[in-house]
Amino acid sequence: MAGEDRVTSLQARLAEAGYIAERSLSASLLLFTEMQRPLLLEGDAGVGKTEIAHVVARVFDCPLIRLQCYEGLDVNSAVYEWNYQHQLLSIKLLEQDRVSADDAEQAIFSKRFLLERPLLAAITQPQSPVLLIDEIDRADEEFEAYLLELLSDFQVSIPELGTITATSKPYVVITSNGTRELSDALRRRCFYHYVDYPEFDKELRIVNARLPEVGPQLSRQVVAFVQDLRKLDLRKKPGVAETLDWAAALLKLGINSLDAEPQLLLDTLVCLLKTREDSIRLESFEVERLVARAL
Amino acid sequence: MSEAALTSLEERQLAHFLQTRLVEFVRLARSNNFQVGVAEELDAQNVALKCGLGSSMRLRWGLRALLCSDQDDWERFDELYDAFWHPANVQSRYSTGAAGLTRKRPDARSTAEESRQEDIRSSDADSQSADASDETDDGGGTREGASFAASLAKTDFQALTDPDEMRAVEALVDRLARQMRKRAIRRQRPSKTGKKIHLRKTFRNSLRFGGAPMVLNYRERIKRQPRLVLIVDVSRSMSMYSFFFLRFARALVSVFRDVAVFAYHTQLLPITEALRQTDLIRVRNSLAMMSQGWSGGTRIGDSLATFNDKYGQILNSRSITVIVSDGLDTGEPDYLAAQLARIKPRCRKLVWLNPLLGRNGYEPISQGMQAALPYLDMFAPAHNLNSLQALEPDLTRL
Repeated sequence: MAGEDRVTSLQARLAEAGYIAERSLSASLLLFTEMQRPLLLEGDAGVGKTEIAHVVARVFDCPLIRLQCYEGLDVNSAVYEWNYQHQLLSIKLLEQDRVSADDAEQAIFSKRFLLERPLLAAITQPQSPVLLIDEIDRADEEFEAYLLELLSDFQVSIPELGTITATSKPYVVITSNGTRELSDALRRRCFYHYVDYPEFDKELRIVNARLPEVGPQLSRQVVAFVQDLRKLDLRKKPGVAETLDWAAALLKLGINSLDAEPQLLLDTLVCLLKTREDSIRLESFEVERLVARAL
Repeated sequence: MSEAALTSLEERQLAHFLQTRLVEFVRLARSNNFQVGVAEELDAQNVALKCGLGSSMRLRWGLRALLCSDQDDWERFDELYDAFWHPANVQSRYSTGAAGLTRKRPDARSTAEESRQEDIRSSDADSQSADASDETDDGGGTREGASFAASLAKTDFQALTDPDEMRAVEALVDRLARQMRKRAIRRQRPSKTGKKIHLRKTFRNSLRFGGAPMVLNYRERIKRQPRLVLIVDVSRSMSMYSFFFLRFARALVSVFRDVAVFAYHTQLLPITEALRQTDLIRVRNSLAMMSQGWSGGTRIGDSLATFNDKYGQILNSRSITVIVSDGLDTGEPDYLAAQLARIKPRCRKLVWLNPLLGRNGYEPISQGMQAALPYLDMFAPAHNLNSLQALEPDLTRL
């Protein structure tokens, strides 16, 4: 199949799985799956970065393994850990059997007592999984360096066991929110895609795909409203997730047009405005103006 | 590409030509400060192979994914791509020469900063089209304050290269780096003492005793110095002092592990990477290039708003934010206060160093300064090396 057709067909498969992607994103994803190079996704919160990993796993029908990064994340919680409780118990049992010390050591440092954490799990699957490393910027530089090593060699050495080489090469999706500057080495090793807020058409298709029961009229209004809202000078711009929340909330309250119940509408804005300043800033006449534009 | 009419020789020549062009393109990207190397030249061939040359858009997207490494690259990639592959159709700041593409401007770093500046500008003045501010040689003169920028380059950043004072500043920063109070973070390491048991080490040691944990090993939290966020006012009223603080910032960047530096005048720009360059002349040039187009009065409030909106995520509970400014502001005092109120809860300490405070008889009575005072953990004078050295004990205690 020619390249162009394959982008189109991937785009269609993504849409089928519930993710509306532009052609450029589909092309990046196609390249990412073909070359198996990690994909680094950046963009504001709520634009659907994490969702991309989920949908790739669904489309290619492979397991998704997720590693959520946080400050202080270390090898023990990211790669592997020994199951100490079981090891202790088993030492007691081995004692009764009068097993030699060497054999005892062999026994308790075997794979049986190894707890796989996400990174180790990702390279020991029978089938290549999607490995989602979420918010890499929250982990510290040391961890990033370790991750680089793992991503280039695809092997883990465990002192007690030896080196475990990958049986499957995972599709690695890394997301970042920019709380820390990532190293150039990591950026170079990855494909890069910047995920922006969706355009009107795309967001409308997302709402229709996710919440078909909203109906064409309300979904159009909702999306137009949110698109205009993003142009205002807000501290926290609403993401796609917020749009979907809001549409669902309106549906629950039985509102089928934005101008139907102005008071109730104001109450539902908690779905979109997530800071106190923003909710104070958006006064009711401004909401009315936005509603009028969205109709 | 594989048209029947081509002979195999022509095909080989064409393939060779395309490969060369691709390598040229990757090199052009490198000369425009994309983080790419020889490995990417090879990868680009692979990408082209996968994407096929039948679809121009796919190749563009593929190379974009490969060569870009941050949002800034992402935004300027299309222009670079068009300039290289479709030169006839595009009027851009890149021009084609006999030896491939060269930049019209000598300094490569400035493109990034320009596009960043353009972002800021086009967001608050939507009538201004993106390429209107591009060229200085179009005769239109859309770039304001060019002569001022030139003088800025001479007066302010020139002194950045004075070796003696540089050494004195480095010595101060070294002392600061050694003495700055450290705080525990969440990463842990094994230790002889501590409160929590390091199970893994204890367990391994217990093997000697047949599994009885005779010797306990502990773990403790690592202590680390705070993240420093320095925001330096380089406006005209600060011109006597700003070079000194930029020098201080440069020393901080080279010694401390975790520093971010921003400079503002009418707009705010991140300058950490520019300061990190080893060649002092290049540091000076980058700073001067970045400052082009700045003019008008100091707008501290607006600049801090930019900081909050675009770079606010870098603040965390371990960061110390240091603002260096004389507080002479043409904006609304309330707006400045509101921006400080946003910074304050997101960092551990907020410090304001004011050069004017060192002068006899100066009282912080300017409205901006008055509005700022309630949010500050420390408000201190600093106008030269001596006054900064005097602050050393206070800074290390933060």
